[in-house]
Amino acid sequence: MRKLSWFNTLTLTLGFAFLYIPMLILILYSFNAGKLVTVWSGFSFKWYGELFQNEAFLQAAWVTLKVAVVSSTFATILGTMAAYVMVRAGRFRGRTLFSGMIYAPLVMPEVITGLSLLLLFIAIGLDRGVLTIVLAHTTFSMCYVSVVVSSRLVTFDQSLEEAALDLGCTGFEAFRLVTLPITLPAVISGWLLAFTLSLDDLVIASFTSGPSSTTLPIKIFSAVRLGVTPEINALSTIMIGLVTIGVIGASLTSKRAIAKKQKDEREAIS
Amino acid sequence: MKRFALISIPYLWLLALFLVPFLIVLKISLSDTELAIPPYTPTLDIAQGWAGVREWWAGLDMENFVWLTEDDLYWKAYLSSLKIAIISTLLTLMVGYPIAYGMTRAPDEWRPTLMMLIILPFWTSFLIRVYSWKAILSNEGLLNQLLIGIGLIDEPLVILNTNIAVYIGIVYTYLPFMVLPIYAALERLDESLLEAAEDLGCSRFTAFWLVTFPLSKQGVIAGSFLVFIPAMGEYVIPALLGGSKTLMIGKVLFEEFFANRDWPVASAVAVVLLLILIIPIVLFQRNEEKQREAGK
Repeated sequence: MRKLSWFNTLTLTLGFAFLYIPMLILILYSFNAGKLVTVWSGFSFKWYGELFQNEAFLQAAWVTLKVAVVSSTFATILGTMAAYVMVRAGRFRGRTLFSGMIYAPLVMPEVITGLSLLLLFIAIGLDRGVLTIVLAHTTFSMCYVSVVVSSRLVTFDQSLEEAALDLGCTGFEAFRLVTLPITLPAVISGWLLAFTLSLDDLVIASFTSGPSSTTLPIKIFSAVRLGVTPEINALSTIMIGLVTIGVIGASLTSKRAIAKKQKDEREAIS
Repeated sequence: MKRFALISIPYLWLLALFLVPFLIVLKISLSDTELAIPPYTPTLDIAQGWAGVREWWAGLDMENFVWLTEDDLYWKAYLSSLKIAIISTLLTLMVGYPIAYGMTRAPDEWRPTLMMLIILPFWTSFLIRVYSWKAILSNEGLLNQLLIGIGLIDEPLVILNTNIAVYIGIVYTYLPFMVLPIYAALERLDESLLEAAEDLGCSRFTAFWLVTFPLSKQGVIAGSFLVFIPAMGEYVIPALLGGSKTLMIGKVLFEEFFANRDWPVASAVAVVLLLILIIPIVLFQRNEEKQREAGK
């Protein structure tokens, strides 16, 4: 049993305080009655009420949600295929280019990705709107999905699939009954990652959206550029709350799944 | 047949939406600026076949790239981005390493919780996390209120809209990218090595410098690239926390494109930025491959 030294306790406390205090302040001031976000003038839900009356924000939130659901679903399908190709397809012509195109978007500055996609859409005469944002988000998030899924596929024991085939499964059955259940957690986290990336993206969406398809980050950005507004604090609090519930929920489910698996294994042995 | 479909669908998607757009950027960066829609005249006319290519090659003047070297706004912005990215990477390392180290020293049952606390901000909106500093750093902000309240200063410190705010913003938002690879490297470390070093007469501090730090080097390198590369092209942080004097190339590109509508120059800025970033990107991938081989 290790014990933390005073030095490590101090760095961890300071480090986590640095990470969390700004967000806690943001949340606290969303309940402030006054217009100023730096002077506390009493508790109120006023800004939440104003937020839900703001048509423009609600409209943008709806566009963002639509884009995120559609693009993360496409990204998951394409990214999983790409991961399968990277890990399983062996050698083929242009493999180096393929893996380069999978890894490059991960480190590409967003301004370059956004600019290049916009120039493409203009060159082929595609009007900017929800469709172009979906295409852009699918492209960069499929690369993240393929990295997540391929790291799972690498550790996957192929003899399990071979066993299923030996026992009379067709290729598709082996995929459905063996490969899919084992890779599913990675596919789901890939989808969640793509979904969050899409919800969060400002720069690429600024380049690829049209006037009728403003997303929530674009709306937030233009509001906060001018200063701090309590309405944005309220909106941020809702978003932070949803993410926290999601992440804690996911970690509890996976913990329970691991505990259940260990229990099953113990019972199988005894 | 199935294999062919499996390979070609994602391949074609990436070709069409990743590689082709780049070629378009490259092409437009070599075109001439024009006040029209679209605001450039392509100098390469593919329809004319080889004659067109030859004519394009003869007329190729790299005008936009020459412009980048002549107008000092651009090279100053590249240098200033480089400076900001390097300084903030070092700062992130200085903040992140002790946190990663502390996490590996924590009791085992704390680790999943600490890990979750590091990952949670990563899932939270980047924009919101940057925005949260505005209320803290402004002149009437909470930091100044606190410092004046405890009597440390009389006049508010001007932090928002300066480079210092940009450093804070980058360290804050990219901290998880630094902590996670270092933590992964430190966790693999065999503790008996440290005991051996102490048995052989090293003090704890020398043991750290001679054993722990060198063995975590790959995590440090990976984390530093993961902070440096995106920081170099950053737009949101300088736009929200930086001032009018904060020059960063991502911001210049964005404004060149949207405010000045100068597409050829914006494209040339993007091409040069990519050329600068290719070196760290290649180094990063080599480090990753080395790590993968070491892990096997």
